[in-house]
Amino acid sequence: MNNLIKLIDGQARIIHDDPWTLISGHEADLPGGPLILPLAQWRERQAVAGAETSSHLAVCLAPDDEPESLTPWLGVLPLIALEFPSLRDGRAYSQAYLLRTRLGWRGELRAVGDVLRDQLSHMRRCGFDAFAVRQDKSLEDALKGLAGISVLYGPSVLEPRPLFRRRG
Amino acid sequence: MYHYDDYDHALVRERVAQFRDQIERRISGELSEEEFLPLRLQNGLYLQKHAYMLRVAIPYGTLASRQMRTLAHIARHHDRDYGHFTTRQNIQFNWIALEQVADILEQLAAVEMHAIQTSGNCVRNITTEAFAGVAADELMDPRPLAEILRQWSTINPEFLYLPRKFKIALCSAEQDRAAIAMHDIGLYLYRDETGEMLLRVMVGGGLGRTPILGQQIRQALPWRHLLSYVEAVLRVYNRHGRRDNKYKARIKILVKALGIEAFAREVEAEWAQIKEGPAELTEDEYRRVATAFIPPSYEQLADTDLQYGTELSQDAQFARWVSRNVQPHKVPGYASVVLSTKPGISAPPGDVTSSQMEVVADLADTFGFGEIRIAHEQNLVLPDIRKADLYAVWKRAQDVGLATANVGLLTDVIACPGGDYCSLANAKSIPIAQSIQQRFADLDRLHELGDISLNISGCMNACGHHHIGNIGILGVDKNGSEWYQVTIGGAQGKASALGKVIGPAFSAAQVPDVIEHLVQTFSDYRESEEGFVETVQRIGLEPFKERVYRTLQESA
Repeated sequence: MNNLIKLIDGQARIIHDDPWTLISGHEADLPGGPLILPLAQWRERQAVAGAETSSHLAVCLAPDDEPESLTPWLGVLPLIALEFPSLRDGRAYSQAYLLRTRLGWRGELRAVGDVLRDQLSHMRRCGFDAFAVRQDKSLEDALKGLAGISVLYGPSVLEPRPLFRRRG
Repeated sequence: MYHYDDYDHALVRERVAQFRDQIERRISGELSEEEFLPLRLQNGLYLQKHAYMLRVAIPYGTLASRQMRTLAHIARHHDRDYGHFTTRQNIQFNWIALEQVADILEQLAAVEMHAIQTSGNCVRNITTEAFAGVAADELMDPRPLAEILRQWSTINPEFLYLPRKFKIALCSAEQDRAAIAMHDIGLYLYRDETGEMLLRVMVGGGLGRTPILGQQIRQALPWRHLLSYVEAVLRVYNRHGRRDNKYKARIKILVKALGIEAFAREVEAEWAQIKEGPAELTEDEYRRVATAFIPPSYEQLADTDLQYGTELSQDAQFARWVSRNVQPHKVPGYASVVLSTKPGISAPPGDVTSSQMEVVADLADTFGFGEIRIAHEQNLVLPDIRKADLYAVWKRAQDVGLATANVGLLTDVIACPGGDYCSLANAKSIPIAQSIQQRFADLDRLHELGDISLNISGCMNACGHHHIGNIGILGVDKNGSEWYQVTIGGAQGKASALGKVIGPAFSAAQVPDVIEHLVQTFSDYRESEEGFVETVQRIGLEPFKERVYRTLQESA
């Protein structure tokens, strides 16, 4: 069971029936059902599977993967996950920002890994709309971290105009 | 002074409430120390040797008298009656109880202050120089852009978990008193022939384990593009900076690895994507912020004051203080006063007691439009004092031990808190500073020697900026005991240079003698009014080394 929160029409929901399985290493025997694969494995499978099953194959970018490399596939990918190997590794924030504002990704953008309550509002502002909260943490608690501070000076994926353009 | 509007107030208040909740969750055990660590650092809270240390931001070193009184109140009621002003124009409280942190932050919020991002791997306090807005050699006031940059970098969600800390400094004067070449990004603000504000952008400077001077990445950047350009640099750094080794994670290492040209190409390519976007600054925003920094209503005064002239000629002690601690002002009849926090044995560099803070606040109110500055040399500055009032200010400062006439001299030591407080330190800094100050207590001799900067860091992290001191002292650990490595020839400002190591390290007891020999070598070789660093540049390290190590051998 994924410990998952999703934003649906801007509303945070706890998801009890998420079908996706995150594959982290290079596992020989993959389980059935929809899979989120590391980039290299996803490429291999995608090449074999072709278009008909691609809706069951999602990709997870490691922090040093280039989001630009997904450009040809943005039309077929069902979901993109970005990994936080540690809460102190902030590369996925930039990856998310680029996927949303530059590469035009509109589908689900899921944070996986060391995903904790106190970083959720930053993730949300960088364009994540799904949060696979670390398994040992309560989702009810994590929900409290989504809003964050109401004032943001700079731009965000949700509000591209910085405060100075709205200050009036 | 910039004053908070409803947005600024709301942000700081909500942040206090958020951190209060995080502290409670830490105390209850809901948050592990590992999870709490980046949260507390981004709120200025360190866990030091003996207690928590809280570093409060003083944006670009500008402080109002009522803010100084609040700092005094915090020192008195939540600490041991003093605070420590830092080389990044902030203040640190060394003896803080975790349970009181949120209450302290609430008191700060009430006077438009905070501790946000004074630590952590994020954009830190934006610094300028202590004389911004008043210096006679200033091209324009850098503080409006510094404030704009402060706001933009505050809780900017993409850049809170960078590979390492990120320091930005701005300067717009002939003399670079903000040491911009030592920063991750250094910005020099100037105007072209048409009056357009432009920025020269330097990148990749920094001290620490691998000291490197910043390199120019862009010339003539129109001010409107300040935010997008900094964003481009940060995005390239966030994506590509090293995260495998803390000591190789600063942007300077990335710039060095790629080379400035390749790094610049990355930044320019990123910038091309965002420069025309909503981050482009507007005239309206610049005006809104700049209005906060319009000069106070100065009186129309003659540049010379008869009474002041008389006091100068009649009181040699006063004249000596003026010669070092008073800086020229751009308005006739005014001057800026530097209050030295380096009295010697009575207090460590940068330490100021709560009652001293209150006297400084009173002086600012009585004589100077209520404004105070913090210099990166850890001294306090009253920026707008009428020359006619200098004598009264000096007298009052003298009463409270803030009138040591040593600004820019050997005893105006820059020092980090060192091994007495800091859990990172290899060695103590404060006793070294004080033993040198004691040795050179004779003011006549000090003034004779002229400008010599002496900077001490207790470890490689270089908080005391030892690399850019004319004399630099670095605490090192050798098999569990404390030793001190000495460099000479470092300099800050436009002629920035990194000091060179003179040889094997010394024990704490040897340091004052070593400094003595360095200074005597300088005196022997000095030509006319040459400064210490000029002599080093002219004759090289050898004569200094030779004297220091020969005499040490003889005395051994």
